[in-house]
Amino acid sequence: MMRFLLPLVIFIVLAGFLFVGLGLNPREVPSPLIDKPAPAFVLPQLHNEKKTFSPEDMKGKVWLLNVWASWCVSCREEHPVLMALSQQNIVPIYGLDYKDKPEDGKMWLARGGDPYVASAMDREGRIGIDYGVYGVPETYVIDKQGVIRYKQIGPVTPQNLSETILPLVAELQKK
Amino acid sequence: MKKLLILLFCLLPVFAHAGEAQDLAKDPVLEKRMIGLAEKLRCLVCQNESLASSHAELAEDLRREVRELMQKGMSDQEIMDYLVARYGDFVLYQPPVKSYTMLLWFGPFALLLVAGLGLVVQLRKRRETVPEAELTPEAHQRAAALLNEEDKS
Repeated sequence: MMRFLLPLVIFIVLAGFLFVGLGLNPREVPSPLIDKPAPAFVLPQLHNEKKTFSPEDMKGKVWLLNVWASWCVSCREEHPVLMALSQQNIVPIYGLDYKDKPEDGKMWLARGGDPYVASAMDREGRIGIDYGVYGVPETYVIDKQGVIRYKQIGPVTPQNLSETILPLVAELQKK
Repeated sequence: MKKLLILLFCLLPVFAHAGEAQDLAKDPVLEKRMIGLAEKLRCLVCQNESLASSHAELAEDLRREVRELMQKGMSDQEIMDYLVARYGDFVLYQPPVKSYTMLLWFGPFALLLVAGLGLVVQLRKRRETVPEAELTPEAHQRAAALLNEEDKS
């Protein structure tokens, strides 16, 4: 009896591990920046290069930092979601135009609509490295103290928006 | 005319130059050190490629970053910490020994130990369960007859 039972148990355990592994996304790298202060930067704004944007300006507010680019394919997917969110006036969305030419960025926003209060230009991707950006789009939820509370890797979808991001924003706004 | 054109085209490569190799020429020692370190780091966007061998744009940016940090005089360990602070332990090819990597580091040895103990137990048990075969007198005679036969031939 034991002769058959033991291999069977081992097989089931192994199959269980492999099954769980199937559902994991190997491309998703958990960010070490969660619950750490958002890295500081001062960057020119896309629509007005003379003006700058800095996370410091946002102290006291809960806000979203969305890393996007005109060349990014998945950004097209999340764009309508961000447009709808910006019209609801729940939380301000700021953009980080990552490794993009200003003309291209402006053109892309002119065509699809601009959900951002302002977009900062990270032409060489240096600020992106400070934020641990490795796959655009990425979205950070930053609280009133300027601490990163959540990072959405990949596009914002209606599902992760209503299930994760918006409840977190509401909770942070109450504090 | 045609020959002149061909000649001109042949001269074209003179004006071509590889942009990427420039940094290598600037400071070969630093570049070598950078590649050495980049081989220990994982490219984030490509699966299982080191930062040194990847052509992804992010990898190029990170190599530039590493190069600049080296120029600032940071040690290899400081640069690794710098990248870990941004991208997490994932960037390291050799995962650090931490509470949640214990299973990864010591799991194989634990398995080996368990398997070894299992083997020892199994062998002991077998020795106990297999009794020394006792021969009946008839079997003894047969064995002796067989052995004798062999001697004769």
